[in-house]
Amino acid sequence: MIKTDLLIIGAGPTGLFTVFEAGLLKLKCHLIDALPQPGGQCSELYPKKPIYDIPGFPEILAGDLTKNLLEQGKQFEPGFTLGERAETIEKQDDGTFIVTTNKGTQHQAPIVAIAGGLGSFEPRKPLIDNITQYEENGVEYFIKNPEHYRGKKVVIAGGGDSALDWSIFLTDIASQVTLVHRRNEFRGALDSVEKVRELTQIGKINLITPAEVTDILGTHKVEAVVLAKGEEKQVIETDHFIPLFGLSPKLGPIANWGLEIEKNAIKVDNALDYQTNIPGIFAIGDVNTYPGKLKLILCGFHEATLMCQAAYKILNPNKKYVLKYTTVSGINGFDGTRKQAPKPVVQAIN
Amino acid sequence: MEDVTIHIKDREGTLHTVEAPTDMAMNLMEVCKAYELPVEGTCGGMAMCASCQCYVLSETELPEIQEEEEAMLSEAFYVKNNSRLGCQIPVTKELHGLKIELAPEY
Repeated sequence: MIKTDLLIIGAGPTGLFTVFEAGLLKLKCHLIDALPQPGGQCSELYPKKPIYDIPGFPEILAGDLTKNLLEQGKQFEPGFTLGERAETIEKQDDGTFIVTTNKGTQHQAPIVAIAGGLGSFEPRKPLIDNITQYEENGVEYFIKNPEHYRGKKVVIAGGGDSALDWSIFLTDIASQVTLVHRRNEFRGALDSVEKVRELTQIGKINLITPAEVTDILGTHKVEAVVLAKGEEKQVIETDHFIPLFGLSPKLGPIANWGLEIEKNAIKVDNALDYQTNIPGIFAIGDVNTYPGKLKLILCGFHEATLMCQAAYKILNPNKKYVLKYTTVSGINGFDGTRKQAPKPVVQAIN
Repeated sequence: MEDVTIHIKDREGTLHTVEAPTDMAMNLMEVCKAYELPVEGTCGGMAMCASCQCYVLSETELPEIQEEEEAMLSEAFYVKNNSRLGCQIPVTKELHGLKIELAPEY
């Protein structure tokens, strides 16, 4: 069981900045994120895109903002559970919460801050009626272990980097690789597109475009897929069908946590501290809603700051907290480091 | 600067006629959100999520599809010949009278 003061669900910019603000108040944080790396949308969707509305940064790449936020919170030694989705929450008799992920990792904390953005990133599933019955039986939306495909026939669908890269990679492992895309054009790194072209020419990749997988055949597991190429239909025997259509965010299991939801977001008390209808559970950043809400990173930072003050008061009901300025008091890291402004020298020159 | 009138059919088939300013550097996705129509705009207008996909019903002349939009539409679902991403269509006076329909949510 992982124990912490403040459990943050979502390691996007808002969640990462919470680590810093909580740290100033000597609260330790642990973050859970469904993605394998921190940064949320900033690192998953647009790491190379510039953001222009972060106060103090006329221009910063989303990937660099993530790096900076990690650096800023580093001395407060946050813990991470990455690549796992927060699934259930249970309130304990002692007032703490236990949050369990889809992989069974348990986390205990007196305060939970949901900074889940638009939700956890789930693979986009193609619109094939019977696809769910083949999941885990030949249909996979992620490639976790390439060895799983050794000597097998695979059909990959998609037109982005992951479809290209995995098609290339699996040519050395699988017995047959078919790549299907709806258009003739691929969007991916130039190198990958070239490589796929090369492998197609020497017959290592069976490239079929423009085409779409419309049906899956097989009694218990995938045995073949049906491809539509215009009016023409074609059946391809295969052991695996791997649709790689990117990820889209879904609020997911959080929607069933008994929180008040409005327009796919969690309602909070914005006049006070961004607490939800369940005391001890806060929602900050894009995941929350209140009158006048704006889904901006800078608003998430503000919400995180006020939320940490409220969390501190809940955990230390008898202490009077005085707002500190980092310029005056510096930063004391949990790792023993200390940052502070240099003291002015008082000395006579003559 | 004048406002333009845009007709937006939501996913229930209700037609909303809205006024949109041409001098606020807005795009169609943002107009839909401003009028609280059910458009998510997940990626913030970077042609990376297709949550603002719509079907263009009028003959209105629109800016040509650029590479990024083309690529996203090639991976999105429920795509038709008249599909566009709202976030890639800036609100200009040429849009006056435009009629669109929101594509199904995915």
